[in-house]
Amino acid sequence: MPAPMAAGLASAGKRMDDRKTSAKSPETVCEQTEWLVAVRDRRDKKAFARLYDHFVPRLKGMLMRSGMPGAAAEDVVQDVMLTIWHKAHLYDESRARASAWIYRIARNRQIDVIRRRPRPVPDEMVAEAETRETPEADAVVGLEQEAMQLRQALETLPEAQRDIIERAYVGELTQAEIREATGLALGTIKSRIRLALEKLRHELKDLREE
Amino acid sequence: MTEITHHLPDWLIRSYATGSLGHAFSLVVAAHVSQCDDCRARLEAEELAGGLVLESLGAVSASDDLRKRVFDGLDSDPPAAFTAAERSGIYPGAVVEAMGGAQPKWRALGGGIRQAILSEDRDGSARLLYIPPGMAVPDHGHNGLELTLVLQGSFSDETGRFGVGDVEVASDDLDHTPIAGMEDVCICLAATDAPLKFKSFLPRLLQPIFRI
Repeated sequence: MPAPMAAGLASAGKRMDDRKTSAKSPETVCEQTEWLVAVRDRRDKKAFARLYDHFVPRLKGMLMRSGMPGAAAEDVVQDVMLTIWHKAHLYDESRARASAWIYRIARNRQIDVIRRRPRPVPDEMVAEAETRETPEADAVVGLEQEAMQLRQALETLPEAQRDIIERAYVGELTQAEIREATGLALGTIKSRIRLALEKLRHELKDLREE
Repeated sequence: MTEITHHLPDWLIRSYATGSLGHAFSLVVAAHVSQCDDCRARLEAEELAGGLVLESLGAVSASDDLRKRVFDGLDSDPPAAFTAAERSGIYPGAVVEAMGGAQPKWRALGGGIRQAILSEDRDGSARLLYIPPGMAVPDHGHNGLELTLVLQGSFSDETGRFGVGDVEVASDDLDHTPIAGMEDVCICLAATDAPLKFKSFLPRLLQPIFRI
């Protein structure tokens, strides 16, 4: 990687400082992930309230942009937040940042509701809480570093490409539009995603070998 | 487990992650990811990007009533609907869910071939196929895209051999004749976004009846 990691994080941090989600240093994990771990390990309701304040307004916005009226969006958000609370034992911070895990839960629930039947989901591949060892700090920090690099890549894209990516992940593009854009605008973040997934592949391999 | 060599294309994983994929194709993606660590990592990387986009969105204020409903729900039991179906034998949980039970409801198609329809809607259909060893699935083209995931045994066609966990992505320009491997009955999960066009298997008029 040509650009020094610390420089990339510093500039990403400057842009994002109003959101308080930026990495304070390469050794830290994002605070949303820390809150979710506190919910999982200690059933910490204060940490849950912080997750609520951070994610609920964004989840509602995302669901409304993908076509749900406000009241229906709030119903889905309610289910998402309760799923976070009740399924926190399945969360693995070495494989997903809090936002990625919550993004998946929101999509699952939204599609359950829209199609009136369960969205097909992959079988869970998670060590049971009793047998799970504390994830290596390196793995969690490594994932965070990849995420910061990916975020920087997203932020420095030309406006038009960034807009397509945002619309794709928010849920505004059809399958055909995504297929078309994957070779173009979405292709530009491919190398960053590739690096992130090398990381994730490694984590899954470790999980298989446990 | 034999090594999986035929994977999902990026756009399918991304369409699944963002929620834009129809039910039938989503079923194939979920079933493949259930047994393919590579594609699971690719899906989780897409969700990483999705999470970053989620965090970058502007806030839309939510009602006080929502907060009350959520915090009141913390001490209750989770609703039963939150429990996903579990894998049963060769069938990943998503397929068990779609079958509505642990075993497929097979219907004979002739020649020892059987099928079980799992879902049908305007976005496409998904079904299980049961093909005895050495049997050919009739020569067919498609009107749209067809995804075929092997759950047991194998099949081969003009494009290669597909074993357990492999997924074939066939667009409408592929005119192929899959033949089941001799080692076992081949059981596949197949999904299309349009009805199949069988050339020699059944008269075209019968297609709506058999739904193939």
